[in-house]
Amino acid sequence: MRRVLTDFPLAFSALLLSLYGVAMVYSAGQTDVPTAALHAWVSQLKWLVLGIIAAWGVSRMSVRFIEWVSLPAYAFTLLLLAALLVIGTGAGTAASTKSWIAIGGVRLGQPSELAKVTVVLMLARVLAARREPPRSLLELWQPALIVGIPWLLIMMQPDLGTGIVFIGIFFAMLYWSGVPLPLLILLASPAVSLILAFNTSLWGAWFLLLLALVLWYKPFMLEGIGLMTANVVMGVVAPVLWERLAPYQRHRLLVFLDPSIDPRKSGWHVIQSQVAIGSGGWLGKGFLEGTQKRLAFLPEQHTDFIFAVVGEELGFIGVTVALSLFLFLLLRAVRVAERGNDSYSSLVAFGLAASWLVHVIVNVGMTLNLMPITGIPLPFFSYGGSFMLACWLAIGLLMRISSEGRGARVGELAI
Amino acid sequence: MSFHPNDLARRARIASWALAALFTVLLSAFFRTQIVQNSRYALQSEENRLREVPLPAPRGVIYDRHNQVIAENVPGYSVSLLSPTSDSLRASLQRLATIIPLSADEIDLAVRRYKRAPNRPTVVLSDAPFDVVSVLEERRIEFPGLIIQSAPKRYYPDGAAVASFVGYVGEITEAELATPRYRSYKAGQQIGKAGLEREYEDSLRGKEGVRFVEVDARGRVVREAGARQDLLPQAGPPLYTNIDLDLQRYVAALFADSLQGGAIAIDPKTGGVLALYSAPSYDPNRFIGGIPTDLWKQLNEDPRHPLYNKVIQGRYPPGSTWKLATAAIAMQDGLVTLDDKMPVPCTGGFQFGNRYFRCWDPRGHGDVTLAGAIEQSCDVYFYQLGLKLGLSRLVAGGIRLGSRDKTGIDLPDESRPIFPYADAEEYYDRRYGKRGWSQAVVLNLSIGQGENGQTVVNMARFYTALATDGSAARPEIARHAPRRTRLFALSEEQMEGIRAAMAGVVSQGTARSAAIQGVVLAGKTGTAQNAQDPLHHHAWFVGFAPANDPKIVVAVMLEFGGHGTRAARIASKIIQAYLKVAPTTLLNTDG
Repeated sequence: MRRVLTDFPLAFSALLLSLYGVAMVYSAGQTDVPTAALHAWVSQLKWLVLGIIAAWGVSRMSVRFIEWVSLPAYAFTLLLLAALLVIGTGAGTAASTKSWIAIGGVRLGQPSELAKVTVVLMLARVLAARREPPRSLLELWQPALIVGIPWLLIMMQPDLGTGIVFIGIFFAMLYWSGVPLPLLILLASPAVSLILAFNTSLWGAWFLLLLALVLWYKPFMLEGIGLMTANVVMGVVAPVLWERLAPYQRHRLLVFLDPSIDPRKSGWHVIQSQVAIGSGGWLGKGFLEGTQKRLAFLPEQHTDFIFAVVGEELGFIGVTVALSLFLFLLLRAVRVAERGNDSYSSLVAFGLAASWLVHVIVNVGMTLNLMPITGIPLPFFSYGGSFMLACWLAIGLLMRISSEGRGARVGELAI
Repeated sequence: MSFHPNDLARRARIASWALAALFTVLLSAFFRTQIVQNSRYALQSEENRLREVPLPAPRGVIYDRHNQVIAENVPGYSVSLLSPTSDSLRASLQRLATIIPLSADEIDLAVRRYKRAPNRPTVVLSDAPFDVVSVLEERRIEFPGLIIQSAPKRYYPDGAAVASFVGYVGEITEAELATPRYRSYKAGQQIGKAGLEREYEDSLRGKEGVRFVEVDARGRVVREAGARQDLLPQAGPPLYTNIDLDLQRYVAALFADSLQGGAIAIDPKTGGVLALYSAPSYDPNRFIGGIPTDLWKQLNEDPRHPLYNKVIQGRYPPGSTWKLATAAIAMQDGLVTLDDKMPVPCTGGFQFGNRYFRCWDPRGHGDVTLAGAIEQSCDVYFYQLGLKLGLSRLVAGGIRLGSRDKTGIDLPDESRPIFPYADAEEYYDRRYGKRGWSQAVVLNLSIGQGENGQTVVNMARFYTALATDGSAARPEIARHAPRRTRLFALSEEQMEGIRAAMAGVVSQGTARSAAIQGVVLAGKTGTAQNAQDPLHHHAWFVGFAPANDPKIVVAVMLEFGGHGTRAARIASKIIQAYLKVAPTTLLNTDG
């Protein structure tokens, strides 16, 4: 038979993370007043098994087949996302959005989870087809379009969290394809200007730094001028834009900066999450024993804020173990990307790793108020079937890429 | 694209380091929150889940001198609510209002209470009737933050009969909470509002206990006990008083509904207050658990002022009862003896300057000694005695007798008597202007009229000095070691002479009847002019018995009571009830 368990450490760390996650979903269901989360762990376990089977299936497909399937899969994704704007439904706390596809009232899943994978595949295909890495911003129109179209469709649902993931994937894969770092910085600069515009001196410093970069790196004249203009415009436009934001939108941003301005409402999630994590100490309150969770002070305890349950019940030690597993998984994925047999496989591996990274940083950062609340799930932990499946599909892909790549120990560990 | 292995290895190295750096930052953020700031968040999480439910302590029981109960505690129930926000409290209260009677005002009050102490259960009903409690218990599931617990309730078995000195308890008000006196109190607690309950609040209150319940984010009580060790309440220590409850009941019955005024009975040897009653009274039991608004309004608007203590707060011209003060001052100064007469005999009045001052008896008393003047209450004699003393000596003497001082009785809100201060000339200048008054004020003062307003308790105190050796014990309701103050210094012989004159019996040959009954009542009536209503005088009697060895001093004052003999009849009955012997009441005098 073919090599199946080709990258044992990768698969094993993913499995450990998943089991850790299921245990936490179980704990999240153990509240004094039972909630819908009570039996979530059973369903989560079923999806895990399904995910592992799917990963095994994917790992049996040739990378060439995957590459071939990228375009139709991408097109299908776009179609779904477009259709969602019409037929999509909301769920749970995000009832007003259109992220779910449902048939006859049964929610089948979130197409944006599928999009996270197909966009990586498609982008890898386009970038791998080039002989030289892009040297100017104009040359980036093709990758930008590939990410931009689904990004726009998702932002219209609206789903800010997934939008952030796409941006992360885009920049990471450009980096991996060899786009020079200065060019990436220039590309990102208008967005940075937008954020820094609220502090004139900070924005001024950024602008000078950027100017120095342009002079040193010497991009095309027109591009340089265009970029600087874009930065100036952003710096000036942002305050105006701020004024035009709806009060609730402004409020959300302000609460992110200081949750205590609204401890009962918007700030509630973040404050209670911090209290849960902070009260955990070194060893935590004990598995199933978290009072913040048990007494429903912690919101979304089995989905978005599951990491707060880890922090509360298992303490700093539990957090360290979880984060170490994630770091190991990501480093392993980078290793797979480095040893990929061809540029396509390499890019796919790196893109999948980048997608996870953004999820972990944004989700975990959110529980400590380092990131705004966006409703982005934690891979392998947060309760959610399609996401679990997507994560294990990615593991299957990585396994395949690893097995075709350089340094794979052919024959060993073969089942 | 640039996928040479060397390039890839370089990018992979950068990416790996970037990953490691990111995770280090993340982990250090967790270290900061979980380890460095742990105590802060741990406290916050405890505060989130635990609520303190106060366990009220039973107040100290108040006993009379024979260990009969004056104030005790009976089982009651309080209903309170735990809520995460004031909005949810309001919503719960509005739902509660459909089951139990709750007015919009009471809901507002509860919300205000909540805002002051959101982590404590908000008291909705501090004294819930049993039927309300059983209805709520049945529907408890609908009100997740509901806390029903037994709360000892104050009960006064004798109700209105003891209200004048025992007072009552009630929930602490917002204004009281703001004062330093009640710094250690919390909203919803019961405090003594009047009388002994207020005077001895610090001891009677005992020590509140606390119970911890665990609540969830919606304020639902999840676990009743075991969340943390409870602290049991400590009952307040009992308060033993000098009150004779049987006598107190008897006094209250004497006043019934028709009479208005006050009475106090004191043991002259110790100053112990045997009975203290202000009529009309009120039922303090009706105040427990919140005074109904209409009752409060009715009590405050009643022209007979039931809430105004006529024994310690009301100030009335003492009239003839004060003549003994004039006599004691003059005797102490050596101006007169009991056998001395005055230059002008009484012919029913006395001409002073261009004014004629009448004696109460228009027939006149003739040429009387001081003893006779006391017996007959001759105004003309005392006018002349007052003139002989002069204004400043009379005023200074009155001040020494305590006519300007509170007695210091252990009850709150005692009034200071009205009396000129030591520099009498200046006092009258200030009051009436430099030329607005004459020496005639001495005449009024000497017979207990004019600028003289005494409380009933202060007159009783003065008479305890007459009943003993010239020193008065501070009147005290709770049992303490007696604290005596010397008011005047007269020889034993002089004291007995005064007492004999007060008894007014020996010289008149009625000692026989007194001897038969064994008890002689010594005292002085007074019929005091009332500035507000000249037609209705205040009737006074202050006296003691037995005259030769006084065991009880009684002061009775009837507002608009007319003649002093009416007060004397009541005093006589009080003494009879206390000594279990009918005293000889030969009260022939008046003024």
